[in-house]
Amino acid sequence: MTVFIAMLASFLFAIGAAFAAEECELPVSFLTSDTDLTHAIKEIADQHRLDISVVGTGSSTLPGPDGMKFAYPARLEATLRQRLVGIEIKVTAHVESRQTTAQMAAGLQKILAADKPSVVIWQAGTFDALSGVEPDEFRTSLDDGVDAIDAADADIDLMNMQYSPRTESMLSVGAYADVMRWVAQQRGTLLFDRLAIMRYWNDAGTFDLYSTTKNYDMARSVHDCIGRALASQIINATHLDTDKTQTPR
Amino acid sequence: MARGTRFSAAATEMVANLEVIRPSATVSSVPAVAGERDLRLDLFRGVALWLIFLDHIPQNIVNWFTIRNYGFSDATEIFIFISGYTAAFVYGRAMRERGFLVSGARILRRAWQIYVAHIFLFTIFMAEIAYVAATFDNPLYAEEMNILDFLKQPDVTIFQALVLKFKPVNMDVLPLYIVLLLLFPPILALLLWQPAIAVAGSAILYVLTWNFDWNLPAYPNGVWFFNPFAWQLLFVFGAWCALGGAQRLTGLLRSPVTLCAAIGYLIFAFAITMTWYFEPLGRFVPGWLSEWMYPIDKTNLDVLRFAHFLALAAITVRFVPRDWPLLKSPIMQPAIRCGQHSLEIFCLGVFLAFAGQFVIGEWSGGWLVQVAISLTGILIMIATANLISWYKVIEGRSPTTRAKSTDLAGGEA
Repeated sequence: MTVFIAMLASFLFAIGAAFAAEECELPVSFLTSDTDLTHAIKEIADQHRLDISVVGTGSSTLPGPDGMKFAYPARLEATLRQRLVGIEIKVTAHVESRQTTAQMAAGLQKILAADKPSVVIWQAGTFDALSGVEPDEFRTSLDDGVDAIDAADADIDLMNMQYSPRTESMLSVGAYADVMRWVAQQRGTLLFDRLAIMRYWNDAGTFDLYSTTKNYDMARSVHDCIGRALASQIINATHLDTDKTQTPR
Repeated sequence: MARGTRFSAAATEMVANLEVIRPSATVSSVPAVAGERDLRLDLFRGVALWLIFLDHIPQNIVNWFTIRNYGFSDATEIFIFISGYTAAFVYGRAMRERGFLVSGARILRRAWQIYVAHIFLFTIFMAEIAYVAATFDNPLYAEEMNILDFLKQPDVTIFQALVLKFKPVNMDVLPLYIVLLLLFPPILALLLWQPAIAVAGSAILYVLTWNFDWNLPAYPNGVWFFNPFAWQLLFVFGAWCALGGAQRLTGLLRSPVTLCAAIGYLIFAFAITMTWYFEPLGRFVPGWLSEWMYPIDKTNLDVLRFAHFLALAAITVRFVPRDWPLLKSPIMQPAIRCGQHSLEIFCLGVFLAFAGQFVIGEWSGGWLVQVAISLTGILIMIATANLISWYKVIEGRSPTTRAKSTDLAGGEA
């Protein structure tokens, strides 16, 4: 009987794992663009390594002491290591809650000097929306940050806000998302459209983002999917994908 | 700065147009206000209220049918323009017949009513926030939940709301309206005395606002979402039209050149908005055009938005005449009724949007739920408008019985 239960459990677990792999499924258009990560391509070709810095606020981590372990920067690193065998991958996260984009932009130089990354994933906008920073000022700060990252010879991937249906009627993020789209387009940087991606997952039933829970499972799964989607986007933009599978795995 | 030049040019052109129009205008320096109410205003204000309601529900498939997706301007422009028009229509007559003091006092009383309505909506918003704070928990949204922080300081927040500095999402229109009405008595007096100077002054204020970044401060920081110093342009322009400006523009509006320009501009705006939804189309927009055009600023009533509204208005006025037979038909009555009780219906719409969003969220709404909620919301708005009309009839205050008085002709201001 015990053996049977163990077999059943492992069977269910296997099914669960298979579903987990599929649950991050996304249309290819979310993760492909005409923009290449040229500095990353060069670093990989010359040094067989890829150094990524993640700069962001509260939504780039999870609450609790082991929040960073399950948050998307760590999941990105794990996925890239798994998918880009033979390339040394390092993802360094600089996450600090309650920072406006202006404050993050001011701190970028120090981070760039310390990490010397070839790609900077810059998550911004949520705290600006929360604290009512003017969209114009937000745009200037983003531009300043992009200047700093450009000057340090690194590629940029701008990440916008989370899709949060429960707070949508209280926190208006649309104007900030528009600014980020605009800056990415003007400055020729990548944009990781987290807002649209999470909305897609919510609409497709992948995650019920409206649900109320104290449990960390869903939050961790969402971060895992974001990490994997980011990895796919980076692989697409560095043309390293040998099997041409562009959706997250 | 290219932007500044663009607005100065737009303003100069506007003033120049006034000069051109003047000689052909009617002789009277104080144009007569038309006696009969213009049902088109009620109709389009009613439709604008429905669109504002629909746009305030973020995840709503019906949103795709609202005008903001097909051009630069949206229902807010229609609402503010018509509000300016009706305010001038109602209080302009009062000012001529009973003087500055009486009409000014009435305008301020109206501003007070709108203020009370705004605070009522704020109370509903607080109830919603408090409910979410008490029930919602999800570690994924630890950062977003900071929005509830202000519940920790109700003393500060409620005070800031009372002085109109703290304005929750979707509650920006009424404060704009309040400020516009507070400033309206002297503007109306000037419009009656020297309309060209009033409009030119409004355009100059608009340009200066763009050049010097004027706006009112908001809480916890930032500025008003609808900058009153910029949006006054539309309100004053509406008022000017009501006081004879529209008649002065008749020649211009009938010209085929205007029609072609308006249609051309609407097509251009439509094409540009399509590039927002279908990104590959974006490559057909030349770099210099994007550089010049973006961002299309709603806060400061971007001149592209204003022009888009003018184009829509020019075409509408041309194809929907004042005596359009359909205006009297029963099909149009629901929208007209809503437009006639705009303050109540606006507030109801904001509340229904809150409520609708809850239902969509709780049912993880498919498109059928979204359509059902949108239709139900509009039906509730219509029913309420009819109820208010009924109350006015039984109290002997129906718009028809009051058309002769100076107060509510042409619906509410």
